[in-house]
Amino acid sequence: MTGSMDLPAKGGFDFDLCRRNNMLEKNGLKLPGFLKTGTTIVGLVFQDGVVLGADTRATEGPIVADKNCEKIHFMAPNIYCCGAGTAADTEAVTDMVSSQLQLHRYATGRESRVITALTLLKSHLFRYQGHVSAALVLGGVDCTGPHLHTVYPHGSTDTLPFATMGSGSLAAMSVFESRFKEGLTREEGIELVSDAIRAGIFNDLGSGSNVDVCVITKGKTEYLRNHQLPNPRTYASSKGFSFTKGQTEVLSTKIIPLKQKVEVAEGGDAMEE
Amino acid sequence: MDGFAKSIGGGGPNVPAGSHPAGGSQAAAGGGATQRTQYPYVTGTSVIALKYKDGVIMACDTGASYGSTLRYKSVERIKAVGKHSIIGASGEYSDFQEILRYLDELTLSDHMWDDGNSLGPKEIHNYLTRVMYNRRNKFDPLWNSLVIGGVKKGPKGDEKYLGMVNMIGTHFEENHVATGFGNHLAIPILRAEWHEDMTFEEAVKLVEKCLLVLLYRDRSSINKFQIAKITTEGSTIYPPYSLKTYWGFTHFENPAQGAVGSW
Repeated sequence: MTGSMDLPAKGGFDFDLCRRNNMLEKNGLKLPGFLKTGTTIVGLVFQDGVVLGADTRATEGPIVADKNCEKIHFMAPNIYCCGAGTAADTEAVTDMVSSQLQLHRYATGRESRVITALTLLKSHLFRYQGHVSAALVLGGVDCTGPHLHTVYPHGSTDTLPFATMGSGSLAAMSVFESRFKEGLTREEGIELVSDAIRAGIFNDLGSGSNVDVCVITKGKTEYLRNHQLPNPRTYASSKGFSFTKGQTEVLSTKIIPLKQKVEVAEGGDAMEE
Repeated sequence: MDGFAKSIGGGGPNVPAGSHPAGGSQAAAGGGATQRTQYPYVTGTSVIALKYKDGVIMACDTGASYGSTLRYKSVERIKAVGKHSIIGASGEYSDFQEILRYLDELTLSDHMWDDGNSLGPKEIHNYLTRVMYNRRNKFDPLWNSLVIGGVKKGPKGDEKYLGMVNMIGTHFEENHVATGFGNHLAIPILRAEWHEDMTFEEAVKLVEKCLLVLLYRDRSSINKFQIAKITTEGSTIYPPYSLKTYWGFTHFENPAQGAVGSW
């Protein structure tokens, strides 16, 4: 090791592990593929707060890796964040900022603000110059009112009345652009969000399965997990499966008693601490 | 693929170094592989169409881009073909003009038979599919996505027809089609809200809904649209008009309201 164990990074870009990864790859290590969420995530502002929505399919290339994953991440009791892009990146970055927000709440004694989360996220993502592939829809209600933002992997942000991200964003945006108006009620907001996510689910191959919705208003957050299940199993036995004894044919039996292999030392010394 | 013309700062389309001038190269002597690739230069964006009660309705904007410049703003990308069909095209505009010439020759020689029969939309669609696919096989495609719609009397009465064929020869028939960006932005709306036997007014409303979303979200579209319809009475291409856009959301007025000085 060279004597470069110097001061911790005070800012700027920290790419040390990239050198290690390159070295490992050169020595023949095959890196695992990354899990992309291939997603539809949406958010909109209604009269009392924000509604966030997401589909629940996580893809690894052409395969559905998780049919019912959770893409709406907790940031603070009054702030939630939907994530599209690489699943590990969205999980890690939202977890990290959620912890930072909690520490900040303890330090200030106040409810977290959405722009705090926004600034923490965008600063982190900009530092990593787009290598952290997380595209987020951040929404919440704080003392200054309801807020909805989008965050892009390179660190830019938008403040919008309605937003969509992910591979299904165009399908969802077509629903929003044609039907959004200001001052929606809670039911109208949830219905519009669900319709937008369903447009993504049925028209985009990277999105699918179920609709998750999260409604955030002043003082109350409702996380409606699997609010809609528009893709039920077509053929499913209502009685389920029963495995009675004797149903499976036993071809051979071999029993190895393990007692004889274990040695119990009598009156030995006490264990080293 | 159509309408996604490459561009560089300065507006014109990006022609990679070492490429041949517009058109294609000649075959190399001695049996060397011929490569005739093309790049679209002047392109039109999406076309959308759907079947309704009396026939087929088709709509598109009247713009044609030269790379990232909006070069022509009054281009007609929907034309009548024969008595029974209309054709709309996105992609390279000069290739569309060539296709119209082929169709002129086709309809003329059909007319000269003078046998009381005329080519319907299904026949035109099939002819264009063959043309597009054969050009693709020669590595010299006509860089378009074409939408053909029409009504013709058949054994079961008036049969409405709507089909699409693109530059590689993929073709199909559907109740509603869209090309280019319309695939991503208009098809979700059409799939959710189209139903059989819509009236003309309902169909126009649905088409305008899709055109408005495309205007907001497709960078190469302009606010000048043409609608065309074809029924048993014949084809009508309406004069161009514009749609009303809405920009009055409170969040657009002052995005940094919640945090003065933020970015």
